[in-house]
Amino acid sequence: MSSTARALAVTVADVIEVTPLVKRFEFVSTDGAPLPPFSGGAHVVVELPDGDHLRRNPYSLMSSPRDLSRYAISVRRDDGGRGGSRYLHEQVVPGMAMTISAPVNLFALDLRARKHLMIAGGIGITPFIAQIHQLSGGGAPFELHYKARSAPLAAYMDDLAARHPGAVHACCSDRGEDLDLDTLLTTQPLGTHLYVCGPERLIAGVTARAAALGWPARHVHVEHFAAPPPGLPFAVRLAASNLSITVRGEQSLLEAIEEAGVDAPYLCRGGACGQCETAVVACDGTLHHHDHWLTDAQRETGDRIMPCVSRFTGRLLTLDR
Amino acid sequence: MTITFRTETFRDDFTFRNSPAGIRRFPFPFHEDGYMYSVNIEPHRPGAPGSVFEHGFDVDEHYVAEMADRALVLAEDPLRCQALPHMDLASWDYLELVMTTKARDYPELFTLETDGDRWHWTNRPLGIDDRFTFGVTSTLPCPPLEYIGRQTQGDHCLLDQRDNNLWMDAGMVTTQADWSLDFDIGMNFFEWHAPVPLAHEMGVFQRAIKFLTSIPQGQPSRRLNWTLTVNPRLDTSPENYPKWGPDKLTVTPDTIGEKMHLRVELQTFWRLPRSNALVFPIRCYLLRFDDLVTIPKWARRMHRVIRDLPPELVTYKGMSRYHPMLVEWLAAHDDGAPTSPGIFPD
Amino acid sequence: MIEPTILSRPTYGTLEPRPGRAHLLIADDAGSAAIVDLFARAPADFHESATILSVTKDLSGDEAAALHRLSPATLTACPDMPAMLNTLAGLLAEAGMGVQIYLAGTEPLIGQAMRVVIEAGIDHSAIATEHRGSLARRVQCVHCKGFMDEVTTQPVTCAHCGLSLFVRDHYSRRLAAFQGVCINAEDQSEIVPAEEVFR
Ligand code: HEM
Ligand code: FES
Repeated sequence: MSSTARALAVTVADVIEVTPLVKRFEFVSTDGAPLPPFSGGAHVVVELPDGDHLRRNPYSLMSSPRDLSRYAISVRRDDGGRGGSRYLHEQVVPGMAMTISAPVNLFALDLRARKHLMIAGGIGITPFIAQIHQLSGGGAPFELHYKARSAPLAAYMDDLAARHPGAVHACCSDRGEDLDLDTLLTTQPLGTHLYVCGPERLIAGVTARAAALGWPARHVHVEHFAAPPPGLPFAVRLAASNLSITVRGEQSLLEAIEEAGVDAPYLCRGGACGQCETAVVACDGTLHHHDHWLTDAQRETGDRIMPCVSRFTGRLLTLDR
Repeated sequence: MTITFRTETFRDDFTFRNSPAGIRRFPFPFHEDGYMYSVNIEPHRPGAPGSVFEHGFDVDEHYVAEMADRALVLAEDPLRCQALPHMDLASWDYLELVMTTKARDYPELFTLETDGDRWHWTNRPLGIDDRFTFGVTSTLPCPPLEYIGRQTQGDHCLLDQRDNNLWMDAGMVTTQADWSLDFDIGMNFFEWHAPVPLAHEMGVFQRAIKFLTSIPQGQPSRRLNWTLTVNPRLDTSPENYPKWGPDKLTVTPDTIGEKMHLRVELQTFWRLPRSNALVFPIRCYLLRFDDLVTIPKWARRMHRVIRDLPPELVTYKGMSRYHPMLVEWLAAHDDGAPTSPGIFPD
Repeated sequence: MIEPTILSRPTYGTLEPRPGRAHLLIADDAGSAAIVDLFARAPADFHESATILSVTKDLSGDEAAALHRLSPATLTACPDMPAMLNTLAGLLAEAGMGVQIYLAGTEPLIGQAMRVVIEAGIDHSAIATEHRGSLARRVQCVHCKGFMDEVTTQPVTCAHCGLSLFVRDHYSRRLAAFQGVCINAEDQSEIVPAEEVFR
């Protein structure tokens, strides 16, 4: 009883340079049919077959949920990462056939909200673009605050500001602008829901201020953009499948399990959804938890791991998989 | 395959009957000679042709009569169909799921033509032919959940997903086994299941919620639930308990075969992609005991299940008044022979 | 102390001061002591940002006086529940995110005030509650949908349709009521005597 979103065959329709660091990739379905509907905040998992290494990375959909003729994602090039964004930037060109997953939403709007207050940092803007499309068909008002290093690096800023005057606010650090969080969080009407997506530091800062200013936890929603960090190679024993594997440095544990032909469930591949949770049978070494799912107490016991993002150093890790 | 829709009632004179084919395709819920709660969820994949699992939404010989019964319930009690304000998008999502699925699976009965947001829906069994704008409630004769609920067998719960939980924030419920949508609307998964005995302690609901909240679109799941109902009555609601409660006194050894019905719910779970809500259609099937015991495997197994049912379940399922009588009646149809695994007749 | 029974039956905590710039406290006569206790635990300047809304049988009684002595920024006493709920809705319409909401007193007070707060857009989990006073229940008859505000017996005769109702622990936040279901629907000749149990 576990879940993995089904696969969709798509063709790259367009690759557009948005900023020096960000490219937008647009997909149409290969059979010409409309793509499946989705809700703002949903992501797809994109398969990146780089040589003999298959990576699967999650990216938020940023196109309009009302336009199912194509999906769009925007990818920031991260040269320090595991190579997924570099592959997309360097290898993926229009006309290419690719496989993506059906959309899954782990960052949905709370439709009870009287108002949606959105705070984006950098490329964390993408899920909000789809959500704003969704809301502009009717629904509660929104207000977006977008933090970026500079205006030229703030992907889609001009477009958003032009289309939603008064509702979209830029905050560029090179112009010395900073978000006046306390004023923002103390002037919202009752029933507002707050959404944050961006770097870990931004998320931690905003959620801490919101809590201190008396915001209910269930009114605060975050999307952790936890890309699996690279690390050192390590050895794993898959007890249920009776296999021994090695996880390479730029590979996630989940990818290594998949590469061995073992079926493993997942939805987010970012340590947020809990789907990939795997029991640890034996651990001769140290687990490095990078997920947002397990509680501190669960980490303490060390009896489970989220293989989509977490790693291990030591002699041998044995999993119930 | 054409379906001949029966003219029948689920109240007053109770003319409901299953055809011989209807009896054989009944979703008998016991795969072994005993029953206890479990996380009995499996993928809702297309099943054997002719079975109730063949299509995502099963349409059978009772369709037209069930929709007529629903209309009577709604006329008396409009609170059987409700949606909290934030569930409008989910309601449209569900309308789309039903229309596209039924039009694909039963082209002779239902047709859907779309041109962007302009939709044209034809429901031949019910004589409906409507054009409307998808997403615009004012273009339908009634709100979307009510519109599609009046054309789809079974009850329908729309569950908003928040905080790793499901919230029953909308529904159309007229064929329920003794629970009230009007009372439960707004509750979460654990709250609306609160009255169920034993299952909480067994961890059934804790395990189920993890699975349900991660159901992806296009990959529905299903489970079967069951109870017993006196007379083929669809509306056994708490609201109308004073109307159907007295039926229980009419159960005697002589009337069991005619009056007692095994009531099985085929429950399915579907992700609704535009709203990220989940829909939970609860499809009710009824089988008279006289018809049930014509299938020897089912007769034997039914006896053993009812005989060994934990007392908490006997009480919860409302059969305390006649449980010993039922066991005795069923015993006469159990020759003690072993039964084969699985739910299907031999 | 109300013991947990089934998961839909609400349980209540003890009011503690929470972070926030504005505090809205609502109590009936039984709950006023919980507000007094909360103030005793709160920072000295808590009263400056506190609004107290009470429903009291006696506008010049001891409970009203005790709340007055807390010197909150605003103190509004209402003579009955509908007046209090109306005032509450008005206060919430003016309030902003960050306001902390505290409810203290009997279950009908907590339940009905909570419903108004939820309707104003606040998640129910964010509302602090403390039960004080009687265990009398607000009950909805599932058959005729009528409400009764101060039910103390099991079963209870529906004041609207006359059926004898078993009062369940199943509770609806949206209705702010426990469910009442006909206790002898199967055999109306079975008469179950009422006992005073919710005191
Ligand atoms: C998410 C969709 C679901 C909905 C809307 C739903 C709804 C309900 C409702 C309204 C009841 C009646 C409770 C009462 O007595 O008032 C019920 C009973 C029950 N449910 Fe669910 N349910 C769902 C999923 C599940 C799942 C996934 C399981 C287990 C794996 C489950 C197990 C049960 C059981 C064991 C009962 C008692 C039924 C009996 O003994 O007759 N439910 N459900
Ligand atoms: S796949 Fe979501 S936590 Fe690992």
